[in-house]
Amino acid sequence: MNSYTDAFAWLFSAKNWAGPTGIGQRLLEHLGYSGLTLVVAIVIAVPLGLYIGHTGKGRAVIVPFTGALRALPTLGLVILLALWLGLGLTPPLIALVILAIPPVLAGAYSGVESVNRDTVDAARSIGFTGWGALWQVEVPLALPLIVGGIRSAVLQVVATWTVAAFLPLGGLGRFLYDGLPIRDYAQMLGGSIIVILLALALDGVFALLQRAVTPRGVIAGRISDIRTTTQQSPERKERSWLAPEA
Amino acid sequence: MTWLQENWRQLVDYGLAHVWLSIPPIVIGFLVSLPFGWLANRYRVSRGVLLTLGGILYAIPSLPLFVLLPSLIGTKILDPLNVEVALTIYAFALMLRTTADGLASVDGDVKLSASAIGFGGWRRFVEVELPLAGPVLLAGLRVVSVSTVSLVTIGAVIGVNSLGFFFLDGYQRAFFSPVWFGMAGTLLIALVFDGVLVLLGRLLMPWTRSRRGPRARKYGAAQARVAVTSR
Repeated sequence: MNSYTDAFAWLFSAKNWAGPTGIGQRLLEHLGYSGLTLVVAIVIAVPLGLYIGHTGKGRAVIVPFTGALRALPTLGLVILLALWLGLGLTPPLIALVILAIPPVLAGAYSGVESVNRDTVDAARSIGFTGWGALWQVEVPLALPLIVGGIRSAVLQVVATWTVAAFLPLGGLGRFLYDGLPIRDYAQMLGGSIIVILLALALDGVFALLQRAVTPRGVIAGRISDIRTTTQQSPERKERSWLAPEA
Repeated sequence: MTWLQENWRQLVDYGLAHVWLSIPPIVIGFLVSLPFGWLANRYRVSRGVLLTLGGILYAIPSLPLFVLLPSLIGTKILDPLNVEVALTIYAFALMLRTTADGLASVDGDVKLSASAIGFGGWRRFVEVELPLAGPVLLAGLRVVSVSTVSLVTIGAVIGVNSLGFFFLDGYQRAFFSPVWFGMAGTLLIALVFDGVLVLLGRLLMPWTRSRRGPRARKYGAAQARVAVTSR
């Protein structure tokens, strides 16, 4: 466990935190790039996902497309765009946005699709317009899954910016790339620990957010569902597939 | 094209290495997920604990995990075992949830019927629940397969050679060809693996070929769920 002593010594040394190549600056870079990527991905994917989920149009095209995108190796895509478009933030940003879109899109369209059609029909019958039903009925009910999709994207983005740190842009992955050639395992391990903690912390935040946006009626409904169905047969709990996990 | 003529041998070698690096995590992750998936589906407490654990494991970024593992399992930093163990952890974490969901999708009445005609717990699990959960397991396994084949390339960063080597090679030499062929090779492997899984599914579960009715809907919903949770 010697490596941990070294790694934590590296982590808690003040000189490693300060300056333009310090942990503080790298953390800010990492968060900044990740945040920017997510905002762009959300702006593109959420409206598109809501449209697909609400109208059912374009599903046949988009669903296999997002599946195929998942097969793309992230490292290859980042390098391809870096070679093609040159230096700067834009090439990796485009690559990471492309990688972040599938989970956000899937969350948005499956969220809207998961809303009970009877509920939407009921909303329409009491006078909601299509637009009104979307914003006041479908989106609130879909929100846990939409946030779930964003949560997956966050993890993907934080992980991939770590890998993308071979580009001269910085970010926390820098410590892994800087430590490797000079066999400075303490620095690599320390850097890895920060990235892992960051990912887990962000995942936790989004888990809480997911819980916070679940409408109270949905939770209440789920509990009563289980109670009524257990009366029929003890094992017959139809679990709601798309319900967010606590 | 000249690049291909000069380097096809290395491309094939690293492609095969890629295949061999991809198979153990998928197979082991799947097998280990079965008992834990059963456990997660069995008790409310174990479900919460196991699925939370799976979520946490899956949230760990890959490259830092490759670097972290040597300190945990005593390997060398450049040992391919680090990549194998890390990818097995991801496969397990992803399959755990799918297995639990798949087993939960088995109709309670069917399980009661199996017990009524004398199936013991183990036989009921193997001969009734597992086959009926099969389509959901297959959907999850296909996601695991694709993401494993893609994640193997990251190992190239810490010197574990696969088609990912050609990405870094292309970047260092500012040369497109290796990157293109590396990408194409990775996609080809993912495609072949996917085809093999679909074929295996048809062989082992001939009843799924015409999917209509309520099970088809469940299957679709499970796929949607997998699509949201996976990287």
